[in-house]
Amino acid sequence: MEIVMSFIIGILFTAATYLILSKSLIRIIIGTGLLSHGAHLLLLTMGGLKRGAAPLLGENASAYTDPLPQALILTAIVISFGVTAFFLVLAYRSYQELGTDNMDKLRGTDRNE
Amino acid sequence: MSLLHLAILSPFLLAVFIPLLYKHFRKIHTGWFVLVLPVILFIYLLQFIKGNVEGNPTTKTLSWIPSLGIDFTVYVDGLGLLFALLITGIGALVVLYSIYYLSKDKESLHTFYVYLLMFMGAMLGVVLSDNLIVLYTFWELTSLSSFLLIGYWYHREKSRYGAQKSMLITVFGGLSMLAGFILLGMMADTFSIRELIAQADTIPSHPLFIPALLLVLLGAFTKSAQFPFHIWLPDAMEAPTPVSAYLHSATMVKAGIYLVARLSPVFAGSAEWLWLVAGFGIITLFWGSFSAVKQTDLKSILAFSTISQLGMIMSMLGIGAAALHYDYLDDNIYLIATTAAIFHLINHATFKGSLFMVVGIVDHETGTRDIRKLGGLMTLMPITFTLAIIGSFSMAGLPPFNGFLSKEMFFTAMLHASTLDIFNFETWGILFPILAWIASIFTFIYSMILVFKTFTGKYKPEELDKKPHEAPIGMLISPIVLASLVIIIAFFPNLIAQSLIEPAMVSIHPTLLEMGSFNTKIYFWHGWNLELFMTIGVVGIGSALFLTLTKWSGLYDLFPKRLTLNNLYDHGLISMERSATKLNSLYMTGFIRNYLVFIFGFMIFALGGSLLTKNAFIVDFTAAAPVGLYEVVLALVLVAGVLTILFSKSRLSAIIALGAVGYTIALFFVLFRAPDLALTQLLVETVSVALFLLCFYHLPEYKKQQKRLSFRLTNLLISLGVGTVVTLIALSANSTRLFDSISSYYVDASYTEAGGKNMVNVILVDFRGFDTLFEIVVLGIGALGIYSMIKLRLTRGRQG
Repeated sequence: MEIVMSFIIGILFTAATYLILSKSLIRIIIGTGLLSHGAHLLLLTMGGLKRGAAPLLGENASAYTDPLPQALILTAIVISFGVTAFFLVLAYRSYQELGTDNMDKLRGTDRNE
Repeated sequence: MSLLHLAILSPFLLAVFIPLLYKHFRKIHTGWFVLVLPVILFIYLLQFIKGNVEGNPTTKTLSWIPSLGIDFTVYVDGLGLLFALLITGIGALVVLYSIYYLSKDKESLHTFYVYLLMFMGAMLGVVLSDNLIVLYTFWELTSLSSFLLIGYWYHREKSRYGAQKSMLITVFGGLSMLAGFILLGMMADTFSIRELIAQADTIPSHPLFIPALLLVLLGAFTKSAQFPFHIWLPDAMEAPTPVSAYLHSATMVKAGIYLVARLSPVFAGSAEWLWLVAGFGIITLFWGSFSAVKQTDLKSILAFSTISQLGMIMSMLGIGAAALHYDYLDDNIYLIATTAAIFHLINHATFKGSLFMVVGIVDHETGTRDIRKLGGLMTLMPITFTLAIIGSFSMAGLPPFNGFLSKEMFFTAMLHASTLDIFNFETWGILFPILAWIASIFTFIYSMILVFKTFTGKYKPEELDKKPHEAPIGMLISPIVLASLVIIIAFFPNLIAQSLIEPAMVSIHPTLLEMGSFNTKIYFWHGWNLELFMTIGVVGIGSALFLTLTKWSGLYDLFPKRLTLNNLYDHGLISMERSATKLNSLYMTGFIRNYLVFIFGFMIFALGGSLLTKNAFIVDFTAAAPVGLYEVVLALVLVAGVLTILFSKSRLSAIIALGAVGYTIALFFVLFRAPDLALTQLLVETVSVALFLLCFYHLPEYKKQQKRLSFRLTNLLISLGVGTVVTLIALSANSTRLFDSISSYYVDASYTEAGGKNMVNVILVDFRGFDTLFEIVVLGIGALGIYSMIKLRLTRGRQG
């Protein structure tokens, strides 16, 4: 199963990188969303898959899945959500103020100051 | 802290009070307060002569950074004392001269004297320090104060140019020298010069010896304006004349000479040292005197003359090192080179100091230093003229002045150099006396130009801004003192031979001392020997060339202007700046995509490269979980969602596809037994999609961008690279499990220690509660940020 997951993660990373390299601000934000999905799945896969019951002691199982990666992913999900929300509003505001979402026109060089 | 330490630091201490004195005693010229210090220091230092003649140098140690072996050790031996006396003695005379030279009302005297005192203290520190690092510290302080003094009239562009040039060149040399010092410190495990000299017989066999030698020499050559680093000195002439007289003729430019002399006991045994020091010295001597003749500005002539005389001293120090290779002291003919070097060092300080002051007087009284405008000042300024005659004739090496004595000794040394039979000197050694002789002819010519073009010939009052007259007596005192020294040393050279030169010799050649004393004696009259005939030849040919100067000075125009060293420096500097700008604009494009390409490219090459080169890629999935049908179906859905995002033409379908991907991930979490994750993922994905929808509503059409194929192709290649590298790393990492998880602890202790059955939640709020705390902070900051972004409108002067 880990092999399949590794390839899926690779596909997620490829798509995310492709979107991040594009010129539209929205595509970049979607790309970061996919990138965090990839990272979360990678964390889970690295912890090992399907090695027992869900990490709830009430299950009374002989083996549980590793709870530590799950805790880490939970933290990461929340943080990436916060950042994505911020980015979205930033994109919205910058489009409102600057009138473009084309990254080629959003250049902060010395010449433009 | 001994009195000696205080002596070195006293100029810095006084410098602190100069602005106060300047402010509160506006009626008195600030220079008078300064003058007291070098006089006291000079008298104080005189008492060390006795100890040095008896062979007991004084040492005083002050602990500075003992853990690094850096102590502020003052070591007053013959060489250091000689320099210290020059610094304080000429320092006092220059301060006196500057009192009359610089106007009390027009100049900002406090800055001038602060810089000058800083320089004096730094220079004393250089020559009296025993520790290499302390020496370097003071060395850079001299560069810094020289920079400040050259740029004293900072509103002039040429001053700033000269200051920058000297700073760049001397600091370049200073830094190389520091590297050389560090290498020396590594070789000998000490920074103390005396301990280095004590190990002088083991150091040359060390592999770092040659790099250290080259780096130290680079420092000495740049500071002492040796070819081809001499170019900063003529431009440093933009400084006020007292500064030129003090720094750029008598003291700072001799710091390199001092360094070479000081480290001679360590390096002088090697062939490289002998060749480099003597060779660069003689080339500098020739080039400096040759270039001096074509100058039209009096200070430029003196600058090139200084360069050439420094080259002369340097070459003599080089040849003097040959004495180490002949172990009979009684008639060690090469020792005379060292004697001559020290002797000429003193002589040069006297006559060059007085000549600079004379030129300053001419400039002050006529308003120009251009020899084409000057002439016929002899009757108007008789005292100045006399002083100029004494200085110039001494510089040209004519009797009865001290320059004659050192010039004769110089010829003797150079003639001996051609008879050297070590280090291949027998092949090229003959060049030394020839170059020396030709250089002396040019020296004679420019010395004559200096005097006769200024003071004889036609008086041209219409060219001058002021009506010239004799300088005030106060301005004349210093050059008169120096000119008197020129004559006194000429007639009684042995006054300083025993007291100053011999102890300095002991410092340069400590190993030779064991075979008896040097018995330094300088005689005015050598008899009819080859050296005298050489001098007669110099005078004869030099006079002939001087009288026919206009006929052959066109020779100088033959040299293409573009190939000068100054041009090389200027263009080098400009092209360096240009290429740096070019390089910068090449990759700092301002396009975020370019930077991302660099980052991803580096990631692919660094990570993928190390995977390949270290043979780290392993696939071993014996412990892997079996592949289930549900997961495969979900995986297909996920891939389909991702492809939809990539190829979607409308923004709505892209959002929905992103939502689908998020929900698929949530389903993965379900399958992989992570209920809390699934719950969170579902919620977060829902809110995110809602946010996306909200924002998209305000954003433009999600149209497929018409871009060049190459653009999409590079993006595709890079993203495929990133995906592949991540996949490979994931596969390899999964195949190598080095140790078991620590999670068995959480399984065991969740209920017994923390009282919870949901292990993930117990980890989040109990075992690793700090993570959660700051994750909450992140969310809080995000919320505040969004609020302020929407609420605050400070642009264009309006507030929302």
